[in-house]
Amino acid sequence: MKRSWYATPYALWMLLFAVVPLLFVCWYAFTTPEGAFTLSNFQEFVKPRYLGVIVRSLKLAVYCTVLCLLIGYPTAYFLAGRDFNHAQSLVVLILLPMWMNLLLRTYAMMTLLDDNGVLNAALTALGLGKITVIGTEGAVVLGLVYNYLPFMVLPIYTVLKKMDYSVIEAAEDLGCNPIRVITRVVIPMSVPGIVSGITMVFMPAVTSFAISTLLSNGKIRLAGDLIDYIFNQSSNPTRWNIGSSFSLIMLVLILISIGFLRKVDPDNEGGGMW
Amino acid sequence: MVKNTRAAKTFRTVWMAVLMLFLYAPILIMIALSFNASVSRSQWTGFTLDWYVKLFNDPAILGALKTTIEVAVIATIISTVIGTLGAIGMHSMGSGMTNVLINVSYLPMTTPDIVTGVSLMLMYLFCHVPLGKWTMIFAHIAFDIPYVLFSVMPKLRQMNPNLYEAALDLGCKPLQALWKVIIPEITPGIFTGALLAFTMSLDDFVISYFTSSDMYPNLSRIVYSSTKLGVKPTMYALSTLMFITILILLVLVNRRTKLENL
Amino acid sequence: MKKLAIVLLVALLVAALSAACLAEADKPFAGTEIKVYNWEDYIDREVLNLFEEETGCHVNYVTFSQNEDMYTKLSTGAESYDVVIPSEYMIERLIKEDLIAELNLDNIPNLENVVDSMRDPIYDPGNAHSIPYMWGTLGIVYNTEMVTEPVTSWTALLEKHNGKTFMMDSMRDSLAIGLIVNGYDLNSDNAEELEAAREWLLAQKDSGVLDGYILDQAKDMMAGNEAAMAVMYSGDALYAMEKNDALAYVIPDEGSNVWVDGMCVPKSAQNKEAAECFINFMCRPDIARMNMDYIYYSSPIRQVAENLSEEEMASTAMSPTDEMLERCEFYIDISTFENGWLYDDIWMDVLM
Repeated sequence: MKRSWYATPYALWMLLFAVVPLLFVCWYAFTTPEGAFTLSNFQEFVKPRYLGVIVRSLKLAVYCTVLCLLIGYPTAYFLAGRDFNHAQSLVVLILLPMWMNLLLRTYAMMTLLDDNGVLNAALTALGLGKITVIGTEGAVVLGLVYNYLPFMVLPIYTVLKKMDYSVIEAAEDLGCNPIRVITRVVIPMSVPGIVSGITMVFMPAVTSFAISTLLSNGKIRLAGDLIDYIFNQSSNPTRWNIGSSFSLIMLVLILISIGFLRKVDPDNEGGGMW
Repeated sequence: MVKNTRAAKTFRTVWMAVLMLFLYAPILIMIALSFNASVSRSQWTGFTLDWYVKLFNDPAILGALKTTIEVAVIATIISTVIGTLGAIGMHSMGSGMTNVLINVSYLPMTTPDIVTGVSLMLMYLFCHVPLGKWTMIFAHIAFDIPYVLFSVMPKLRQMNPNLYEAALDLGCKPLQALWKVIIPEITPGIFTGALLAFTMSLDDFVISYFTSSDMYPNLSRIVYSSTKLGVKPTMYALSTLMFITILILLVLVNRRTKLENL
Repeated sequence: MKKLAIVLLVALLVAALSAACLAEADKPFAGTEIKVYNWEDYIDREVLNLFEEETGCHVNYVTFSQNEDMYTKLSTGAESYDVVIPSEYMIERLIKEDLIAELNLDNIPNLENVVDSMRDPIYDPGNAHSIPYMWGTLGIVYNTEMVTEPVTSWTALLEKHNGKTFMMDSMRDSLAIGLIVNGYDLNSDNAEELEAAREWLLAQKDSGVLDGYILDQAKDMMAGNEAAMAVMYSGDALYAMEKNDALAYVIPDEGSNVWVDGMCVPKSAQNKEAAECFINFMCRPDIARMNMDYIYYSSPIRQVAENLSEEEMASTAMSPTDEMLERCEFYIDISTFENGWLYDDIWMDVLM
C-alpha cells in the first residue's frame, strides 16, 4: 500500500464534514423550499431590517477592530522591544484568554458591567454615581474587544519580532527622531501583521453570535443572532433558504477579506494563526 | 525597537499594567465571586464552597460535563488518528496534491463558526439524521483534524526523509516502518495536536450549539441557557473550573511547544 | 475478627443490593427512560426524583425557553421526546400538523383531578392530546417604589420610569401587547391591525424607554430592584414578589392573555406508555402542589385549587378574579391564518 493512501480518511472526512455542508448552504441559498432555482432569497436582504442588521454588524465590528488596533499595536510594539524583560511571559498572559470559552469571557464581562455589578459597586464606593453600561453599543463593542484583542496582538507581535533591527539603527544613524522611525520605518514594515490582525479580529467580530445579545439584554442584535433566529425560531417556511443565503453572504464577506489579506500579505508573513 | 527614554519605559509599564487589568479583572472577579457567600455581585459576605457543592449536585450540569468530556475524548482520539495518518500520507505526496488537501484544512479554520454550524446542521437535517451526541462529535472531529494536521506536519518535515526508506531496505514491512520509525519520530507533534484538539473541543460553543440538541447539552450550552436565566453563582463556579482546566491543558501544551507558535 | 467483620459486611451489602434489585424489578417501568421537554425553570426537580423512585423510569429532563424554539426542534424531527409541555396555541398547531399523538386516557385516570373548567378545552376537545399542567396570565410587574402611580394599562410600557423597563423576548406575547394596546384582538388576522401593532412595538423600541427583550432573567432583576417594570407571566411575577415586597402584579384593563400549558406526547415518542404514566403522576394533587410551591404558577388540579391559602386566594397572580379573567383570552394558532406570517415578520423587525 502506498503511503499517500493514508491521507484517504482525512480527505474523506474533510470532504464530508467541511466541504459538502457548505455545498448544502449554497444549494439552499439558491432554491425555494420546493427545490426550484431562485434568487429571491437574496432579495430579502434589501429589506431595511436585514440591511440594518448587516450595517450594524459591520459598524460595531469596525469599531471593535479600530479599538483593537489602537490598543493592540502599542502592546505588540512594547512586547517586541528588545529591552523588555518580561515580554515572553506577558505574551503568554495576553494570549491566554484567547483559549477561554467565548461565553465565559462574555459572562465575566456581564458581571463586571452589570448595573449591580462590580464596576458600579466600585464607582459607588468612590462616591461617583452609577452608570448604565449594559444595553449600550459601547458595552457590545467592549465585549467584542475583550474577546478578540489577542487576535490583533499576536500577528503584529510576530511580525515586529522578526523585523530586522539594523534597519531601525540605520534610520536612527541617518538622523531620524524616534517618532519618525516609528511612523516611517516600523509601521510600514509591520503592515502584514496589521492586515492579518485586522482580518482576524474583524472576521469573528462581524459574525459574532450571542455576545451582543447578552451584553444588551437582547436589544442590540448582530448578523450572527439573526442567523440563529432564522434557523431556530422563525416559523417562516422558507427559513432554511433565507438563513442559508444570509450565511452565504457572511461567508463571501469573509472570503473577500481573506482575499484582500492574501493580496497585501502574499507570503502570509503576518499569519500567526494559520 | 527604538531606544527608550525613562519616561517611555514608565509609560510602557503603565500601559501593560492597565492592559492586564482589562484582560484579567473580569476573570478574577468571576473566580472571586464563585467563593462569595452572597448571591450579590457587589458585596462580599464571606467565603463559601456552597456553589461548588451545588454545582456537583446538579444533574443537568453533571450530565453536560459527562457529554463534554465524552465528546472531547472521542473527537480527540478519532481526529488524532485521522489527522496523523493524513499528515503522513500528504507528506509522501507531490506538492500540488498536498496543497489542495491542506487548503481543505484551512476551510474550517477560516469559515465563521456560525456558518460551519449552520452548514452541518443543514446537512444533518437534510439527511434526516437526528441531532445529538454523535452529530456533535462528527462536527468536532472535522474542526479538530486541522489542529492535529498542522502540529504533525512540521515534525514530518523535520524528520530525515531517508529514515523510512532505510527501514524498508532493512526489511521492515511498510506498516512496521510506519509504526516503528515514523510514529516515534513525530510523537511530540501528535501529542501537541491531540491536546490542542481536546482544548478546542472542550471550548467550543457555536458549532456545538447548532449541531447538537437540548437533549445532549455540553457545558457551553448550559452556560448559554443559564445566561438567559440571569447571572448565577453556580455558573461562576463552573466558569472557574473550566478556566482552570483550560489553564492546565495549556501548560501541558506549552511544555511541548512555545504557545506563541501555535 | 476483622476479616469476619468484612465478610459479614459484604454479605449484608450483597443482600441489600439484591433487595434493591428486586424492588427495582417490581416497578412498572424499571430500566426504561423518557425524555421530557419542558420550559426553563418550570418544575420542582424533586418531583422527577420521586417519579423515578416510584416507577423506576429514568427521566431525561430537557428545557426550552420559548414555544417557537420547541416547535422548530420538534417539527424538523431533529430530536425525539416522550413528553412536551407547550402552550395552548402551540398544542393546537401541533395537533393540526399531526405532531402529537392521541393520549390513551385509560392510562391517565388522574385527569379526574383536573378542574372542570380546564377539561375539554377549545384548543384540544376532550383532552384527546393534552392534559393541562399549569395555567397563568400575562401581565406587568412593577416596583411600587420606582413607579408610584398604580399601573392599569399597557401604555405604561411607553412611559419613562425611574428605572429599567423590559419587554418579553417572546413573539406572541409582545405582539399581543401591540395589538391590545391599539384596541384589537390579540389573535388578529387583519393586516392593518397587525401593522398598527408593528408600529407601536417599533415606536416603543425607538423611544428609548425600553431596556431590552428578556425572559426568565426578568424575575431576578425585578426582585433585585434592578428594573422598574417588566412584562411577565403570573408565576414568575409571584416568584419575584415573594422576594421583594415593593413589587406589584397587574393584568392591565385593556385585557391580556390567559394561557394553559399542556402535557403532550409527540408522535415520535419512544416510550408512550411511560410518558402517559408521567403525565398521570404530574396530575397527582401532592405532586401538583409541590410544583406549584416551587414555580408559583396556578395548578389546574382541583384538590390544589380548592385548598389555596388565604394569601394565595388574594393574589392577582395566583388567583385572578373572574372579572380579570373575563378580559383575558387564549391565544389561538396563527399558522394557518392568511396574515399569520406577519407575526413572524413583525417580530423579526422588532428584534433586529
